[in-house]
Amino acid sequence: MVSHHPSVNLALHLTLHESLRFINLLDGIFLTPSEACYYNRQASLRLRAAPRAASCRTTKEVSLVDLSLSPAEAAFQQEFSTWLKANLPESQRAASLQGLSEEEGLKARRDWERTLGAGGWLGVSWPKEYGGRGATAMEQVIYLEELLAAGAPNAVDALGRGLVGPTIIDLGSDEQKQRFLPSLADGTAIGTLALLEDSDLLGPDGIALTGAEEGGGYRLTGAKRFVHDAGVATLFIVPFRAGGDIVFAVVQSSTEGVGSRSHHTMDETKRMGDLTLDNVLVTPDDVLAGAGDGASALARLLDLAAVAVTAEMIGAMDRAREITTQYAKDRIQFGAPIGKYQGVKHPLAEMYVDVETSRSLLYYAAWCVQEKPQDLPLATARAKAYASEAFTRIGIDGVQLHGAIGFTAEYDIQLYLKRSKWALPAFGDAEFHYERVASLGGY
Amino acid sequence: MDFKLTPDEEAFRDEVRAFAKENLSPEARKSPGFLANWLKKVREKRWVGFNWPEAYGGGGGGIMEQVILKEEMAKAGAPPLGLCLMGLQWVGPAIIEYGTEEQKQKFLPDILDSKYQWCTGYSEPGFGSDLASLQCKAVRDGDEYVINGQKIWTSIASWSKWMILLTRTDFNTADKHDGITCLLVEMDSPGIEVRPIKNMAGGSLFAEVFFENVRVPVENLLGDEGKGWAVTVSALAHERSGISEVAGLVRQLEKTVELAKHTRHNGRRASEQPSIRRRLAKADTIIEGMRLNGQRFLTKQLKGEPLSSETSINKLHRAFLAIEFGDLALEMLGNASQYLGSEDTSGVDQNLWPNGVLDWPTVVIGGGTPNIQRNIIAERILGLPKD
Ligand SMILES: Cc1cc2nc3c(=O)[nH]c(=O)nc-3n(C[C@H](O)[C@H](O)[C@H](O)COP(=O)(O)OP(=O)(O)OC[C@H]3O[C@@H](n4cnc5c(N)ncnc54)[C@H](O)[C@@H]3O)c2cc1C
Repeated sequence: MVSHHPSVNLALHLTLHESLRFINLLDGIFLTPSEACYYNRQASLRLRAAPRAASCRTTKEVSLVDLSLSPAEAAFQQEFSTWLKANLPESQRAASLQGLSEEEGLKARRDWERTLGAGGWLGVSWPKEYGGRGATAMEQVIYLEELLAAGAPNAVDALGRGLVGPTIIDLGSDEQKQRFLPSLADGTAIGTLALLEDSDLLGPDGIALTGAEEGGGYRLTGAKRFVHDAGVATLFIVPFRAGGDIVFAVVQSSTEGVGSRSHHTMDETKRMGDLTLDNVLVTPDDVLAGAGDGASALARLLDLAAVAVTAEMIGAMDRAREITTQYAKDRIQFGAPIGKYQGVKHPLAEMYVDVETSRSLLYYAAWCVQEKPQDLPLATARAKAYASEAFTRIGIDGVQLHGAIGFTAEYDIQLYLKRSKWALPAFGDAEFHYERVASLGGY
Repeated sequence: MDFKLTPDEEAFRDEVRAFAKENLSPEARKSPGFLANWLKKVREKRWVGFNWPEAYGGGGGGIMEQVILKEEMAKAGAPPLGLCLMGLQWVGPAIIEYGTEEQKQKFLPDILDSKYQWCTGYSEPGFGSDLASLQCKAVRDGDEYVINGQKIWTSIASWSKWMILLTRTDFNTADKHDGITCLLVEMDSPGIEVRPIKNMAGGSLFAEVFFENVRVPVENLLGDEGKGWAVTVSALAHERSGISEVAGLVRQLEKTVELAKHTRHNGRRASEQPSIRRRLAKADTIIEGMRLNGQRFLTKQLKGEPLSSETSINKLHRAFLAIEFGDLALEMLGNASQYLGSEDTSGVDQNLWPNGVLDWPTVVIGGGTPNIQRNIIAERILGLPKD
């Protein structure tokens, strides 16, 4: 290469370190396009400089993943959203279920459940042989997003049919599947996860409940806390300690010694409560023996639950953003739609950034469920951490940007604020999951 | 949802990897003519201007291969493929799309060969974000344009041989985007004066550029007279996923983590401090979010859907990280952060941090400010009224 011009000679005569720094600086100047300005199209051909420090770890292998919906996934989404539009009556929307007693709420949710069941939209992730659709993890995410975006009630929330059935499918024997799945599938049973205890700590450390062995089975005395739908559930997945490991049992509400209590919750559509166990007999038939290493099974279950909650969050976040954006176009103050003012439009832009970034993180986690299980913990932690912070902001900004009407029970936006409050601690808050990101990242 | 690379693409990835391995060993990096050698070799491979037409020395490559090339190079910590950054990033692509045959022949090979630098004369003292209102005047006089006016913030103006310049040839248009004319100007033309500006970090990469009766031959008009705005916003089929940028950020995170492990802060190792851990984890998560956003953009592009304002999402994340990394390092280093070029006590190249901390405006302001990105998202994607 012959060079005549001083600038190239300059660059070539600098030490490598210096020239890289020079390039690095230049590179930084024109990083991403702003379409208002000249940067519009130039973000391509971007060249990154080498690292300045040699002491760093080698960059992790990153895989390219097609995060757009496949034709089958897009068709699934289309089918379900069309079905929802046609079949979710106003009277059954989550917004209409406020202020109902738990019984009335349950009835409404049951009605909705029947509608879903009749449409073949219950237990979508379950294998077809158990009455499901055999949906992939990605399709489940789509399913949850669509449900949430449509404002559907939680009759079939992620924790019930979405996780309990699959847990039995994964860990249960054939006999157990025959025994439990049909009633879960047709909605006569309501399943839930009873994982947390007084410590509110996720994972094996949070499980103090200990089984006393008896005749190949166990006796359980103690309590589980923060159990979703505790008051109405008929079937609980209960992990406990025994023989130095975590054991999973299916406990039915009809069993002697089983009690439950429901609490009023901030998000009225997300009821939680306690499960009390007073010398409850867990027969060998009720133990999900397929768990093998119970701690690992628990870890995976928690990740799946966090993915499911994150999917619900993104459906809700996106809907909150949409509602608020629409309001900003409609509401006139100072002679113009409030969305014209940057104090309004910029938080809306930030919502969009957060929703889309959460969605990318979630899609990848959902992809990992089946395709790359070894990446699931980190992918889940990132998605739930980011979405937890983002949804918290969106909930508050959504209400605030509505003005006083956002504070009314009549307007939907408050539902999303409450949902954000429910979602933050559910299956690990931002603090919890960012700490996981840190430890999984080796720092 | 998974996209597998085709066998051809896999083979290309292997080729790039092998090439990087062979040419980027620690010994090779230390050898005297390393950079010049490197540039020559990647040029021979036709990896510079990877998607440019082969007729002008480009590689004629596709988007997916381009991603692979950039990703692998970034992962290998490779030097750039060419030194003429602005030439490669937008001057070349603009010439490919709008240039005459003569302009293509004259300029494109030189850009690919890193022969000289181009600079970009867009911003003016009165018009930065509101670029389309620019006032630098060009008047047609026979076979020449005569330019009078001023540009500012022109990066590497003093080292450049050519400038891509936006002027106004018509001051009476209804729409400010009309009447803008794009000219290619030789920097040693009589009447040009470059005055470097020192920035707060001590560097003088950008400059003011003054034009007094500067004569530019008409053959250096790029695109049509009065239609220069289109030249600046033209959309060649670029790969815009930013995947290689992410590889750079991953390394910056790794360096910051390394710093945290080696620095004592408020009586304990910084990496043991929950607030620091959370900030590092958040940076990690945002980088991963950018990577995955980039993959979603990429799949859109591969399917032939136009990509527009979505890239503002990553630009906002990028701005956050530019400030966050510097401030995080500063906080960990405590008082020692104030010594520029201080003795290295941490085992990490500590004296780079204080400089880096002052460099963020390059990324945050230079590519269109965060507020402008938010306007773009709000107005173009969300459909909110313009203000
Ligand atoms: C390191 C560096 C290198 C550069 N290199 C080049 C170069 O090579 N060539 C070149 O032509 N230019 C270059 N620039 C200039 C760069 O493009 C401008 O600085 C940028 O477009 C912003 O313009 P401005 O500085 O005039 O700020 P202004 O536009 O005056 O903005 C000032 C502040 O007001 C805000 N603001 C402005 N308009 C709005 C609005 N409508 N809504 C909300 N907020 C608003 C901005 O966000 C900013 O915070 C460079 C800049 C930097 C920092």
